[in-house]
Amino acid sequence: MSIQDWIKSEVDSNDVVLFMKGTPAFPQCGFSGQVVQILDYVGVPYKGVNVLEDDELRQGIKEFANWPTIPQLYIKGEFVGGCDIIREMFQNQELQSAFEEKGISTSQSA
Amino acid sequence: MAMDAREIETLIRDAFPDAKIEIRDLAGDGDHYAAVVVSDAFTGKSRVQQHQMVYQALKGKMGGELHALALQTSAPE
Repeated sequence: MSIQDWIKSEVDSNDVVLFMKGTPAFPQCGFSGQVVQILDYVGVPYKGVNVLEDDELRQGIKEFANWPTIPQLYIKGEFVGGCDIIREMFQNQELQSAFEEKGISTSQSA
Repeated sequence: MAMDAREIETLIRDAFPDAKIEIRDLAGDGDHYAAVVVSDAFTGKSRVQQHQMVYQALKGKMGGELHALALQTSAPE
């Protein structure tokens, strides 16, 4: 399975996937850590994929989304953005509505 | 391996001649910048598309020479 196919299967089989440096418990980059904090605050279940474990993945993900940096957040298979966009969406309450529109419950809506 | 603010602005200016561009050096190490870009070219584009347009203007330097660029893009109000 090529790295592109593997990424595709990951984003298709998980509602929310965050490709990041490090893990949610131990982010190893400030930008990845910021998105982890936002996701934890909003309270959505998500899968963290550590791109530092595999250089082919680290380059492959950039090609996959035509996006040169990490982290990258995917909701229901769709690339939503990196740290700047997620933070901007969060500040404008757009992130919470994006999750709810896609049928993903956030702890805040409970 | 670093870039200076003028180099970043020139690359963006080449791609968006009409743009209002503001570059801030976040860490003084030539690696961490913030940029605000306002251009007509962004009208009707999603944020992801807008940022991808700026990354294209940076001709592959983003993520390589330029480690971090906090981007804020918008079309003029």
